[in-house]
Amino acid sequence: MSDRIEVRFAGFGGQGIALMGRLVGETIALHEKGKTAIMTQSYGPESRGGASSSDVVIDTTEIDFPKATHYDYFVCMSEEAYTKYIGRMKERGVMFVEEDLVILDAHAKKASKIFKIPATALAETLGSKLYANICMLGYVCANTDLFKEKDFMKVMKDKVRARFIENNIKAFNLGKNHKG
Amino acid sequence: MSKKTEEIPDILTGEYFTTGNLAVAEGSLAAGCKYFGGYPITPSSEVAEHMAERLPQVGGHFVQFEDELASIASVLGASWGGWKSCTATSGPGYSLMVENIGLGVMMETPCVIVNVQRGGPSTGLPTLVGQQDVQQARWGSHGDYEIIALSPNSVQECFDLAIDAFNYAEKYRVPVTILMDETIGHMSERLVIPKRSQVKRLNRKKPSDKPGQQIHLPYEADKDLIPPMAVAGEGYRTITTGLTHDARGYPVINASAQKKIVKRLCNKILLNKNDIIKFEEYLLEDAEYVLISFGISSRAAKGAVNLARNKGIKAGLLRLITIWPFADEAIQEMAKKAKVIFVVEINNGQITREVQRAAAKQKADVYGILKLGGSIHTPAEILKEMEEKI
Amino acid sequence: MIKKESNSMILDAEAHPLDSYLRPGRIPHIWCSGCSLGSITTVVIEAIIESEIDPKNIAIVSGIGCTGRAAGYLNFDSFHTTHGRALPFAIGLGITDPNRKVIVISGDGDIASIGGNHLIHAARRNADITVFCVNNFQYGMTGGQVGPTSYIGQYQTTSPYGNIEEPFNLPALAASCGATYVSRWTALDVRRMKESFVEALLHKGFSFVEILGACPTTYGRRNQLRDGLTILENFKNRTILQHGIDPMKAQIQKDGPIIVGKFVEIQKPTLTDNLLRLHKMAKNVKPEL
Ligand code: SF4
Repeated sequence: MSDRIEVRFAGFGGQGIALMGRLVGETIALHEKGKTAIMTQSYGPESRGGASSSDVVIDTTEIDFPKATHYDYFVCMSEEAYTKYIGRMKERGVMFVEEDLVILDAHAKKASKIFKIPATALAETLGSKLYANICMLGYVCANTDLFKEKDFMKVMKDKVRARFIENNIKAFNLGKNHKG
Repeated sequence: MSKKTEEIPDILTGEYFTTGNLAVAEGSLAAGCKYFGGYPITPSSEVAEHMAERLPQVGGHFVQFEDELASIASVLGASWGGWKSCTATSGPGYSLMVENIGLGVMMETPCVIVNVQRGGPSTGLPTLVGQQDVQQARWGSHGDYEIIALSPNSVQECFDLAIDAFNYAEKYRVPVTILMDETIGHMSERLVIPKRSQVKRLNRKKPSDKPGQQIHLPYEADKDLIPPMAVAGEGYRTITTGLTHDARGYPVINASAQKKIVKRLCNKILLNKNDIIKFEEYLLEDAEYVLISFGISSRAAKGAVNLARNKGIKAGLLRLITIWPFADEAIQEMAKKAKVIFVVEINNGQITREVQRAAAKQKADVYGILKLGGSIHTPAEILKEMEEKI
Repeated sequence: MIKKESNSMILDAEAHPLDSYLRPGRIPHIWCSGCSLGSITTVVIEAIIESEIDPKNIAIVSGIGCTGRAAGYLNFDSFHTTHGRALPFAIGLGITDPNRKVIVISGDGDIASIGGNHLIHAARRNADITVFCVNNFQYGMTGGQVGPTSYIGQYQTTSPYGNIEEPFNLPALAASCGATYVSRWTALDVRRMKESFVEALLHKGFSFVEILGACPTTYGRRNQLRDGLTILENFKNRTILQHGIDPMKAQIQKDGPIIVGKFVEIQKPTLTDNLLRLHKMAKNVKPEL
């Protein structure tokens, strides 16, 4: 149990939040030796408008409980998601926020570290805010040891449509090189 | 079926990170399924969506029907056309299917029904987890019969049990239900699809008589109580009916014919319990407190066993993989040794009742650790309820 | 007095030429005397022979009811299913082999009431099935209850004051939903019925033939038509042959004209055609897992 890590990705519909969980989950489950991962996502009417979320639970043994309840990492891409889920972040959890879309309040004080990035604005320099999610993941990758870049690239190239791969790599690098 | 070699194989050997719903679909294809007839319903629709994409790639067909009544009827029809076939649904759809699952039992039609369970009764909790259809899978259709139901607790097992389900269906000529749940259906984890050579495919027995030479007896069972199956188009002029029938397949409406057929339909399953019943044992050798669980609940139950052991409580887990026929004997043995048996399930005690029945007059007390749908147990919750009874 | 050797010849000659199409040991059937189901079944067999379809490729599917029992008497691959579900069972059976000719023989209650949803959708998808629907205006097997084809004023056990609901017009229903061959005959029109059966059997796609059957036992007696012959006589007096007429104009009312004929015959891709087309389209799609 002690190796268990819970990551929540949250934002609004259209930001590709489920894809974030999926890519990270697959990167860990298939490429990190000795680790297992489970991804779950918000589902049904809940996922159609408004808030969207996806969770990755990581452990070094079999995962007995697949859902995230107290996040070690909270990757937050919208104000609504912030208010909705900040309460479930662990004391001393690590936060990644899209700084242009999230206004932090006193609740964020329990975080041990808050990483801020204007992921959407950075993505727009590549022509579309749709790359914000991958930009954020580049930032997460550079500042945690959740997953390795080369593994992530393998997974991303397999899962993302060919014509978007190049810009997604650029977005990832923008995030990776961002200094918060 | 197209004769040319398919470019996209039915067994996609490799490693994946995917959901239970997709895994059960791929498992079905790996088992040789060529037909899916279904109707969309949350939380099972992804099974249909995936089959819609994949079946035409392997020379099979997918048809989305007007309702679940039609879906299951078409599945029986396709099976009698000689194709391995299946459908997927959730509680409300399963309710509509049970009549023809009974027809499948009576006609001895191999087929597989995936039920991705959600909270009920009625429309209940369409998007949230439940395990409330386990007794329905057993008794849903009218009349007396024995049935097979399997319950996976991981994405990998959704794949593996789909193959087992088809194999049991073919071997015993019976509809087999895979009891999944919303959580397993929608969560993603690692799935390894093995090489073709590692996938065991069983097929229904074929008649030994030549078609057209004498009158074929479609319901003349062999010693194993299972009749070989002549399907449409083979020249046997096979005949089948939902009415009580004799070896010729002709309706015979009397008590002795009824007794004969019902006994055989039940016994062909009951006498093969050893082959059909599968369970997993975890830390049971010295266990005083035994958890019994299945499906998604069994993962949390295993976590609870670990928590309990850390506290010095001698706990163990019996995980039911086959739900029906029920593992009476294994549970009876357990109940002789254990102090308390806890059944962990997301319903109001449907399997608890079965365990109480199987453990009757033995040493162990039996309690349910129950949730009524909508969420899954956490290991800590289970441990807390255990400690209250210890 | 007949000589011995010729006796056996006579017996042979008397062995009905259609016998091999009936299941050995199933006759006598359960149908009432005066019921037209026996003669309709004979016409079905004659039409199958005339169609020259390989008997091996023929499958008969039926639901529940008096007509539904036909599947069990016919010596082809035959499937006696549940009430209302003959059509979807037949679809599953049919698409597993494009050479298979699946024939659904069932009653109006089975096909248009409890199975009504399947009828309209089978027609919509132009499933490769031939339906011979025997309409006896009510539920015979269960003892004469009112049904969706009973006309206004018809007396049945559950319409003791006379039926108050409009009946379905089956050819119009099937045609409006997309059936590509639609016709109607009375049990008396044996010759035309057979010709139409052959056409329906050879038609590619969803062919629907309604046969107005004579049910003296549970329909006739309650409606001043005391035996089979009287019902047939009544049909005869009311029948008007009108090929090609808009089937909407062929509604049956109490004592009104009975319009028979072939109403629809068109060619469209069938369900099986379309499913097979998908095989080509799906080839180059990478499976997403
Ligand atoms: S009840 Fe009517 S339809 Fe049924 S067998 Fe008798 S006469 Fe024929």
